[in-house]
Amino acid sequence: MSRPRIRWHIFVFLAPAVAIYTAVMIVPIVNTLRLALYTRVDQDRVFAGLDNFRTLFFDPLWAGHFWNALGNNFWFFLIHMLVQNPIGIALAAILSHPRLRFAALYRSAIFVPTILSFVIVGFAWKLILSPIWGIAPSMLDAVGLKSLFAPWLGREEYALTTLALISVWQFVGIPMMLIYAALLSIPDEILEAGEVDGITGMAAFWKIKLPLILPSIGIISILTFVGNFNAFDLIYASQGALAGPDFATDILGTFMYRTFFGFQLQLGDPHMGSAIASAMFAIILVGVCLYLYAIQSRMRRYQL
Amino acid sequence: MNKARTNPANTIAMHGALIAYTLIALFPVFVILVNSFKTRKAIFREPLALPDADSFSLSGYQTVLKQGDFFLYFQNSMIVTLASLFFILLFGAMAAYALSEYRFRGGKFLGLYLALGIMIPIRIGTVAILEMMVATGLVNTHWALILVYTAQGLPLAVFILTEFMRQVSDDLKNAGRIDGLSEYTIFFRLVLPLVRPAMATVAVFNMIPIWNDLWFPLILAPAEATKTLTLGSQVFIGQFVTDWNAVLSALSFAILPVLVLYVIFSRQLIRGITSGAVK
Repeated sequence: MSRPRIRWHIFVFLAPAVAIYTAVMIVPIVNTLRLALYTRVDQDRVFAGLDNFRTLFFDPLWAGHFWNALGNNFWFFLIHMLVQNPIGIALAAILSHPRLRFAALYRSAIFVPTILSFVIVGFAWKLILSPIWGIAPSMLDAVGLKSLFAPWLGREEYALTTLALISVWQFVGIPMMLIYAALLSIPDEILEAGEVDGITGMAAFWKIKLPLILPSIGIISILTFVGNFNAFDLIYASQGALAGPDFATDILGTFMYRTFFGFQLQLGDPHMGSAIASAMFAIILVGVCLYLYAIQSRMRRYQL
Repeated sequence: MNKARTNPANTIAMHGALIAYTLIALFPVFVILVNSFKTRKAIFREPLALPDADSFSLSGYQTVLKQGDFFLYFQNSMIVTLASLFFILLFGAMAAYALSEYRFRGGKFLGLYLALGIMIPIRIGTVAILEMMVATGLVNTHWALILVYTAQGLPLAVFILTEFMRQVSDDLKNAGRIDGLSEYTIFFRLVLPLVRPAMATVAVFNMIPIWNDLWFPLILAPAEATKTLTLGSQVFIGQFVTDWNAVLSALSFAILPVLVLYVIFSRQLIRGITSGAVK
């Protein structure tokens, strides 16, 4: 007994999770990043260095699509940050009011869209906004705003924003719930101390609660960021892989799908697809690092 | 405790805002469900009216049942979701137990390694996953999806369950050890039952994204025999765009199972989120 015996059970407990996670997630991600450095020449896989990225960023055939998708993706994210998260915070602030009745009912109802699949959400809104069915125009007519109606999903200038708002509609429940949880965890003593000093109502929200829930707002922001830069389903379900009209709603997810899987006349190219995936990876990594840096350096201060 | 916040105008304003938003949230679902039970004429003439004796029709559902294999799709979704949840929970709990209970070299590193996957979406690796599934012949099988969803769910599961397992009392486990129980028995018989609430939270968190995913079924298992309900309804609706009855019924078909699950599990889900499990 000079050496401690090997504790095999630790190995047994860890092996399945580590094996599946490594084999199906880490290895493919690393492999995808590696594939981005190769290209196909006559059935052979040839190392090509950064050529794929050069093509992606600068080649006139590719660059237009890439920068378009990237720009659209940023707009998509911006709308979520500016619309979804403030609405979520506002709803949570109202819901967390101590004497509000039916809070649980409202909470469950507002969360319903979040559980629906993108296919349902995409088609449901497509039908509602469709000029053929006419629900949206007749509702606008009822309030005297019919002139505002346009086939929003079919117009290049509105389609992306409309889809972003549909996505906001779907996911508002998540920031609402997380902020709601954060608001409930604020100790009563702090709020009461504020009241003694005459800070109540809106002032209490802005001056006491908001600074205290900043870490949760940070988490929501990074979840929104990662979720948006890896979005695909809603656009594919409602606009198809070509992300029409005229690529106006193309984001990195749909661009990558078209590129590596092929669509209509275009053949699939796994190497360029990997290059796009690598670009997405880099963007998400930068976002996550910025977030980690920000919470490390600033938000700790407010921890209760 | 405070009187400043109980002014009735405020209460009305709060309820007004919440009711308005609730209507916005539920309206599309309501429109789809209601119209799926109406005749084609009534769908267009009075889209917001409830079906009455005159306008009631199940023709859309008949088309769906005749043309689409929705029961097969439903079954596929069930198999994939339940199997993935089973593996996420079993393997996730085992790994979480090892990380929380034992001290060993590389333990911290392994925890961090597993946590990487919380922030990095598995979709980044799709190209290589597809190549791997093609090479192993798993394309168009349930296993392809189950493996991917298990890998995708494990990081967060391990993270959440590790936190919970740290709270299980050491005395209990040591009492088991003194009674001569093996480490495996301690885990399965003593620890697992105690973290059941956390397991339920993890299950509910994973259930919805797996059930609703379109990306991996589309890429890894698009064959008729393995289509999930989400992909199946997407394809079906694409083919029947002009048959409004069929489209609305197919949408309702896809909404109902999720809605039922939500009604059953909403407490668990909301408690899971609000208990700060994701902080």
